Amino acid sequence: MNQRLPNTLSNNMPKTYPTPGGVHPPQNKAQSTSRPIQQASLPAELVLPLSQHAGAPAKAIVAVGDKVLKGQCIAQAKGSISAYIHAPSSGEVTAIEPRAIPHASGMQDNCIVIKTDGEDNWCPLQGCEDFSQLPASELVEQIRLAGITGLGGGGFPTAVKLISSDTQASLNKAIDTLIINGTECEPYITADDLLMRERAQQIISGIQILQHIIKPSTATLIGVENNKPEAIAALEAAIAEANANNITVVSFAGKYPSGGEKQLIQILTGREVPSGGLPADVGIVCQNVGTVAAVHDAIVLGKPLISRITTVTGQACAQPQNFEVLIGSPIAHVLAQAGFDASACQRLIMGGPMMGFTLTDTSVPVIKATNCLLAATEAELPSPPPAQACIRCGMCAEACPASLLPQQLYWYARSKEYEKLEELNLFDCIECGACSYVCPSTIPLVQYYRASKADIREHKAEMHKAEQSKARFEARQQRLEREEQEKAEKRAARQAAAKAKLAAAAQAGGEQELDPVQAAVARAKAKKAAKAAAAETEAGNSTAKPETKPTDEAN
Amino acid sequence: MIELISLHPLLTAVVALVALSIPFGALLGFAAIRFKTEGNPIVDQIEDLLPQTQCGQCSYPGCRPYAEAIANGEAINKCPPGGEATIHDLANLLDVEPLPLDAEHGAQDVKKVAYIREDECIGCTKCIQACPVDAILGAAKQMHTVIADECTGCDLCVEPCPVDCIDMLPIATTVQSWSWQLPPTPEEQLKRSHIIATDRQPEVSA
Amino acid sequence: MSLLNVSSPHAHRPLSTATVMQLVLLATLPGIAALSLFFGWGTLLNLAIAIPLALLFEACVLKLRQRPLAFYLGDYSAVVTAVLLAIALPPHSPIWLVAIGIGFAIIIAKHLYGGLGYNPFNPAMVAYVVLLISFPVEMTQWAAPLSLIDSGAIDGHTMATPLDVLKNNNSELVADLFAHNPGFGRWAGLGWEWVNLSFLAGGCFLLYKRVFTWHAPVAMLSSLAFCSLFFYDGGSSASKGSPLFHLLSGATMFGAFFIITDPVTSAVSNRGRLVYGALIGLLLFVIRAWGNYPDALAFAVLLMNFAAPFIDYYTQPRTYGHKAKQPPSKEESH
Repeated sequence: MNQRLPNTLSNNMPKTYPTPGGVHPPQNKAQSTSRPIQQASLPAELVLPLSQHAGAPAKAIVAVGDKVLKGQCIAQAKGSISAYIHAPSSGEVTAIEPRAIPHASGMQDNCIVIKTDGEDNWCPLQGCEDFSQLPASELVEQIRLAGITGLGGGGFPTAVKLISSDTQASLNKAIDTLIINGTECEPYITADDLLMRERAQQIISGIQILQHIIKPSTATLIGVENNKPEAIAALEAAIAEANANNITVVSFAGKYPSGGEKQLIQILTGREVPSGGLPADVGIVCQNVGTVAAVHDAIVLGKPLISRITTVTGQACAQPQNFEVLIGSPIAHVLAQAGFDASACQRLIMGGPMMGFTLTDTSVPVIKATNCLLAATEAELPSPPPAQACIRCGMCAEACPASLLPQQLYWYARSKEYEKLEELNLFDCIECGACSYVCPSTIPLVQYYRASKADIREHKAEMHKAEQSKARFEARQQRLEREEQEKAEKRAARQAAAKAKLAAAAQAGGEQELDPVQAAVARAKAKKAAKAAAAETEAGNSTAKPETKPTDEAN
Repeated sequence: MIELISLHPLLTAVVALVALSIPFGALLGFAAIRFKTEGNPIVDQIEDLLPQTQCGQCSYPGCRPYAEAIANGEAINKCPPGGEATIHDLANLLDVEPLPLDAEHGAQDVKKVAYIREDECIGCTKCIQACPVDAILGAAKQMHTVIADECTGCDLCVEPCPVDCIDMLPIATTVQSWSWQLPPTPEEQLKRSHIIATDRQPEVSA
Repeated sequence: MSLLNVSSPHAHRPLSTATVMQLVLLATLPGIAALSLFFGWGTLLNLAIAIPLALLFEACVLKLRQRPLAFYLGDYSAVVTAVLLAIALPPHSPIWLVAIGIGFAIIIAKHLYGGLGYNPFNPAMVAYVVLLISFPVEMTQWAAPLSLIDSGAIDGHTMATPLDVLKNNNSELVADLFAHNPGFGRWAGLGWEWVNLSFLAGGCFLLYKRVFTWHAPVAMLSSLAFCSLFFYDGGSSASKGSPLFHLLSGATMFGAFFIITDPVTSAVSNRGRLVYGALIGLLLFVIRAWGNYPDALAFAVLLMNFAAPFIDYYTQPRTYGHKAKQPPSKEESH
């Protein structure tokens, strides 16, 4: 059942709001929290997919053979929703080619490959001592240039979400609340937890930068589940130290998926992001703690996003822990440092056990959105048994955080009734996996929804294309008709002209006997024209498309 | 009156029926004129469901003529580019049983797009004239090229090319266009698990 | 070891359909024990016939439908249907009666509709109603409590149930009935009250195990209690019985926790289940009080099975991020 969230941790604690649904999977977080964040070693090769964020792929601006320095921009954002990519270490670009990338499809995509030189030379960095002197738009631009994307797992370019205070009025989106997501509700993942424990000052500094950009009129809230007391204490200490009284840490009893952006917004403010809308539509900007720390690095230290904290855990890892990993490190390299036992690992997941996707290749790189590598054994995450019949138990509906009817969606997904699926708001499904998690018949519900969503999108695209084709086809038909008509008109005009000339020539023949040569020439011309006109009429009648050019001699 | 009826029951019945049929016939006739529909909306609805490739594989010269033919009782399973989805939609619209695709008109294939090997193109404009959606760009004695986004993959340009320089290339799945497939239906899954469940592991379910 | 490639989520709660069914079976044990204790070993006999027959029928149908036997038999749903029907039938029912009932439940009420998950009506209740209508004599002879037979308070082995007695009562005050009629106990029927309390205990176990939510049972029991309180009439000769009497009589608790909680045939959402349960409670009382049958669980449940999709439709929850509840529009317009 929905647990009423206890609001009584302290008296000045802001109110939290109950949310529907949710599940309580085993946390499995303790394995990786016992060790501090460790720097992962420098790999021999870094592989940087050009598309490792939501939106359009970046465009490479280096060539094979180029020497690059750590922090140097190697790919530019293409379009408004895209992100810059920087070299995570110094070395030489050895290839720009399709490589296996971390994606559920297991497919290849274009990557920039850098062979590291081991020197790790930074390019010149330009930090900013006092960001408050800079205008908001300048800061947003710097964040964009630093290639920061959402580090919670979504990978959405951060700069796009930051609606600076000076543009809020023109966009008609007054932001009153800045929410920092430190919830991290997925089992196993502790990257944000460790970050909050160890680098709370950076987070607070980053939040202050965002406050300066957005100027939230009401509140700045950090949402943290109450299963992370150390993180909460560290954040509160950092707030006190920075004397940032306008930042409030809100802790609440967690369940999965309270760390989902929409869910966290509902818990902290009671507001719901409208379907198909953005948090900004209800006056909220939400950022992950990792992203905020990256903002601090980018603005204060001038460092672009070239590394992130990744949890490496699972029973197939002898020393589960958090690493600060260079983006682009092959995951085999990272796993090896956690004592990875390939023979024991049955399922390798990027992300958590609820929303992560499986990898079948350990050569794929860590990307900006890689918050966790979970190397699970068969005992830990058993192979899914064959799905049994749905018994309509309704556990899925009870677990759904979006109050959907998962089982109805399942029936309609199976019978491919797209209209019904849309009527039942399939597109409000956040694919959190709570329904599949509780399903006693082990039906892969989320896969049904994903496939159906893709089918519906494809269907719509096809309909759109059909409409376009139809328009083009009709336009062509009209064009052909018009051309036909024009040709007929031209023919008629020519015939009339020829006749007129003939008549004129005959008349002239009577009057101008002074110049017999000229008269003869005119007669010949007239004859020729009449012949040509006759030939053309015939040709016009026999073929639909006379391509013969009218002879100009007639005129 | 009653006597008359009981004496000539047959006659009465005929008279009564005729008396009824006149006003009702008049009513129907009036309705047919009063509520006459312009054009044939069902043809438009059918046409909206067809993929508009204008490929002619149905043996009609375009999607509109096939839509008109369907409205007049033609089978709904003659559109290979639309495939199962279109047949399903048509069956829903017309409230008939969906039929399997008629193999005579071709099988449902992967989506394709025409590609002109430009080195070999002699600029004859024949493909341009064949393209039903004007998706080929070029002029006489100029190399031609296909506007891939507008190409419906109808195949009609391949035939007229005198130098066979047009290929129909399947549209490749990219990371961006990749998507999950529906899981196997319980029936398929059972067929697969049949061997496991009955012969090898009698207790898979627990 | 090759790495699996599957869709998320990768974690799964260790509660399978088979486990759910096993828990339900386990929870019927106190009730079965009470039935045997007070009405003899007839129910056990029913069970001994019903369970193997159910498995046999299920296996035959699965074979005909070319489905894997072990996989489907392993979901225990046939056993659950058999146990529920065996409990509902009068103790010492003839073998043929049980066989017809089970056959009807498994073959017609379950598999003809497509098997587990597809059946719109509770198979055990369909079978019960079919038997009740076809063989009213056999179906209405409920065993007399053992203590009465042993003490010689009554002749024969069967007698009218207290619900029956109360229904046909038109002369005595309820208090007098309890005092004079040997079939009555402390709160309700002799033996019946304990049978009901045992099923209540089993139901509470299932609630604790979160096999189902509290909504439907609580709604049904409260609506039954409310209706009976309203018509209690202080225990006059025209009284329809006290709330306690109704709660602890007949199939009340068995129905509340083992029949109406059947997920396949009930409403799905929690709000829907409240409505579903409450209407069953109401129907149960209406038929008990004014209908032709002394107990009416099966009829009430089947009637509401009809209505379950309708209830579901009108109790759709509001989706996150959507303004108001979806208006039930453009639905089945042709």
